[in-house]
Amino acid sequence: MTRTVTMWLLIGLFGFVLTPWYMTDAGFWGFSWISGVASDGESGSAFFLMLLHGRAWLFPPLIAFALSGVALLLIKNPVQKARVIVGITGVGLLFTMMQGLAIVRGGPRFFESFYSTLGGVDGQLGFGAGAGIVLFSLLFMLTTAYSSAGKGSGDAFVVSLIGLIIALVGVFVFYPVSHILVNAFRVPGGEFSATDFLTRLFSSELWHIGCITFSGSCGPAINSLVLAILTGASTVLLGLAFALIFTRTNFIAKPLLRVLTVIPIITPPFVIGLALILLFGRTGSATALFADLFGWEKTRWIYGFGGVYLAQVLSFTPIAFLVLIGVVEGISPSMEEASQTLDANAWQTFRYVSFPLMRPGLANAFLLGFIESLADFGNPLVLGGGRFNVLSTEIYFSIVGTVADPAKAAILAMALLMLTLGAFLIQRKWVGTKSYATVTGKADSGQHAALSRGVKFAAYTTALPWAAFTAVVYSMIAFGSFVKLWGYDHTFTFEHYIRAFGIKHTDFGWKLKGVAWDSYFTTLEIATIAAPLTAIVGLGTAYLLVRQNFFGKNAFEFSTMLSFAIPGTVIGVSYILAFNFPPVELTGTSIILIIVFVFRNMPVGVRGGIAAMSQLDKSLDEASITLGANSFTTVRRVIRPLMGPAILAALTYSFVRAITSVSAVIFLVSARHNMATSFIVGRVENGEFGIAIAYSAVLIFTMLFAIILLQLLIGKRKLRRTDRVAKAH
Amino acid sequence: MKKKTLLSAVALTAVLSAGSVYAGELNVVCSNEQDWCDLMAGNFEDKTGHTVNMVRKSTGETLAQVRAEAGNPKIDVWWGGTGDPHLIAAAEGLTQASGVDTSDLLGWAQNLATISEGRTIGIHLGVLGVAYNREILEEKGIAPPACWKDLTDPRFKGEIQVANPNSSGTAYTELATVVQVFGEDDAFKLLIEIGKNVNSYTKSGSAPSKAAARGETGVSIGFEHDMVKLRRKGFPLEIVSPCEGTGYEVGGVSIIKGAKNFDAAKQWVEFVLSAEAQSAGPQVGVYNVPSNSNATIPAEAPSVESIKLIDYDFATYGSTDTRARLLARWDSEVKPK
Repeated sequence: MTRTVTMWLLIGLFGFVLTPWYMTDAGFWGFSWISGVASDGESGSAFFLMLLHGRAWLFPPLIAFALSGVALLLIKNPVQKARVIVGITGVGLLFTMMQGLAIVRGGPRFFESFYSTLGGVDGQLGFGAGAGIVLFSLLFMLTTAYSSAGKGSGDAFVVSLIGLIIALVGVFVFYPVSHILVNAFRVPGGEFSATDFLTRLFSSELWHIGCITFSGSCGPAINSLVLAILTGASTVLLGLAFALIFTRTNFIAKPLLRVLTVIPIITPPFVIGLALILLFGRTGSATALFADLFGWEKTRWIYGFGGVYLAQVLSFTPIAFLVLIGVVEGISPSMEEASQTLDANAWQTFRYVSFPLMRPGLANAFLLGFIESLADFGNPLVLGGGRFNVLSTEIYFSIVGTVADPAKAAILAMALLMLTLGAFLIQRKWVGTKSYATVTGKADSGQHAALSRGVKFAAYTTALPWAAFTAVVYSMIAFGSFVKLWGYDHTFTFEHYIRAFGIKHTDFGWKLKGVAWDSYFTTLEIATIAAPLTAIVGLGTAYLLVRQNFFGKNAFEFSTMLSFAIPGTVIGVSYILAFNFPPVELTGTSIILIIVFVFRNMPVGVRGGIAAMSQLDKSLDEASITLGANSFTTVRRVIRPLMGPAILAALTYSFVRAITSVSAVIFLVSARHNMATSFIVGRVENGEFGIAIAYSAVLIFTMLFAIILLQLLIGKRKLRRTDRVAKAH
Repeated sequence: MKKKTLLSAVALTAVLSAGSVYAGELNVVCSNEQDWCDLMAGNFEDKTGHTVNMVRKSTGETLAQVRAEAGNPKIDVWWGGTGDPHLIAAAEGLTQASGVDTSDLLGWAQNLATISEGRTIGIHLGVLGVAYNREILEEKGIAPPACWKDLTDPRFKGEIQVANPNSSGTAYTELATVVQVFGEDDAFKLLIEIGKNVNSYTKSGSAPSKAAARGETGVSIGFEHDMVKLRRKGFPLEIVSPCEGTGYEVGGVSIIKGAKNFDAAKQWVEFVLSAEAQSAGPQVGVYNVPSNSNATIPAEAPSVESIKLIDYDFATYGSTDTRARLLARWDSEVKPK
């Protein structure tokens, strides 16, 4: 412990003395913080700011470092030493953050007399590199010491990881979201009231069930709930059918199927909705076909529940598939063999052995589909028509509509969170506390039981028509990018691609002339940075949740789901409210985009990680620990290689979502950092479908290429020598 | 240990690479069409040498962002979009007077500046109108509409699409226009009658005309410059300015209060109000009426002389109280249950 704590203490001191404390307009790489140390009171390190510019309120970290140093040297009893350091660093961390929150640009906000005495009247900028280093080192000193203080599991790595994730979720989820949810308790006059809040949260306007009792329409909360349940269930069903075909049959066209199952998540928003309108709208091609063939009336059924449901199932099935394929593949053949040895037939084996073992996968896949459907905003906007209102669109328009009503937005967001929390609790109850470990390290034949005739038939009849439907929808989209006026004038043209991605040869070499290049490169850059961070944070959290026991684990688990469950609009606005001012000032930078992606998409890493990790027998970890490895080595050498599909899913998903998400991003993009989706949405709003779809098509191919690359890099995990499927009996 | 170091290294890199340069540049949020945004930014850069950072956002989103950023804005100028949200921002003290000379501008553009005490100035005028899909109406044998009153006729049953005024500024302009043309009580009677023919109250104001262009609906209500654009692309849309008179929107430009680059922002306002800059509109398919009296009016723009334009009262119908009252009444009387 002493060594690690000393190391962090030195890093912290380095940050305090040598790196710039504030984030200035010049940026870190401008290096004006070196030249400006003496001359201006903002660009130097905390130490010099205190020394030369009278910024005495920056003292807490210095004192914490000094006292910790003394404790390290003087206290002999290791437990006592650890406890003292926990105390010192804890208080130091608290005071460092407090001065940041208290003193903003305009001077102190609270504890005014205290901070004014210390010279804080003139205010300060937001935390920069130096503050970041100092805060992280104080945090890790705290967690390392805590692990030796006779509490916790005694493992510095685990405690530090917990501390880090709690700190990150706290700063980047709870802190911003609290800014907006606090409005829920505000009555129109501006005062706070708890009773008013409850009556509004459970108002009949939100929850009335007219559509079920055939007396009108339903409230947005009921609409959202029904839609989410159906979407969640359907995506799980389809995802499972695809996963079974992949792992348990010898279906010929697997690679083609694989592409079809992945494409929908890499489709930018609005595109699926548009394609569905052109297929099933009143003048759609499928509608016209059915009208000719069967004399059906041309109606507008697509605008409403039916259309939104169809679009959501198309969009979210791949998520269920990504979670389930790892789980289905991981089920140990020896269990199935045992069942068959006991004279069970293929159906019984599936029903009583394989299927129950898939429970964590099914539950997590459902939860993801459910939450995605609740938070989805693009599909209901395009296809909801005027009557089918859901929470996410209501929230959007109570923020950006003709009358802005932050209180209503906050209440609707709370209703949405309630639904999520409910689903989360039910999911946990259903999975229960049984063991689902099937990857045990013991040898097995590597031969998966074949599916019974019935199951196989069901899987094929569910999955293949759907795959065909997906193929049709995507051919429509591809078609739309090559015609002049999608849906009206179908003359072949390359014009949209040339406008978006044209390259021109000039006297100065090749120049990118297309209007889309800028946002294209920004998007790729941000997605590439965000994806691995998301995977690390998500899978790290999953590891803690499955493998470690600590106080408040359930609340911790739910808190990691929060940012996913809150609609992007709310996240977007709350990020501006929280991060436009010191202490953490990030608006207008690319970091805020990276952070919003990491924390919004991390739950997929967590869910996928949990599903995959609950299959790994704990004896594998124990064997590794017994052989003298620490938990970090165990994670790296034993768990990581067995987590291939989960890592792939997390990386793929976060990369793709960073490219395709819209609602949060719209508020956070700035002139310097514009994203592809906000470009596409602008074009769609303007009625320029051709260029929007051409851009989408290029993005789809980019993402497809990235996914294939990732698959090659990560490789397939080898659970057994060969994965085979037994012949059906 | 190593993983933790890696994590923190990554976090640190993220912290380090932060930082941004704002000084000496101009940050513009544009609520017009993308091509128009790009063209004007380029022309301004060529003329003044300033670097323009521009992003396009819809008016509602921009207003939400300006509100959230109040006190430490990252935007200098907000250009484009209907005048209503600009007026709201002015009333909430989120924008500041630019002090730009408005003497060359047309009356309705100066009017916007007068109401807002100079905080927002009119840049263009967009007329509210009705569009119908020629092919669909012919196919169904429906005679085209000419007046607001025509839209109440049962022949349009299920064929009219218009946005919901709670979410769309376009639809609020329509609501306020009808109220000004017919008087409030008669206007609501009319809207209830038209409502019987409406198939959908969409969320977005431009959605109905797009739907009409593709034949998803027969008739739409919206701004005529959007309809002109769709027709120019080749869709079978016909545009009607209702015979009883129709309203309009005036697009605005505002400097955000606390803008870090006020001087450049003022230059921007002067630039977008100049005849030279405004005359470039038709190059990128902008067909609304420019506010500078010396600017060339595009041939495709709705001709203000032949349309019966009402004297739209922005001061009254842009105010928060009137808006809330009309929307509440719309919710209780017109909105489908």
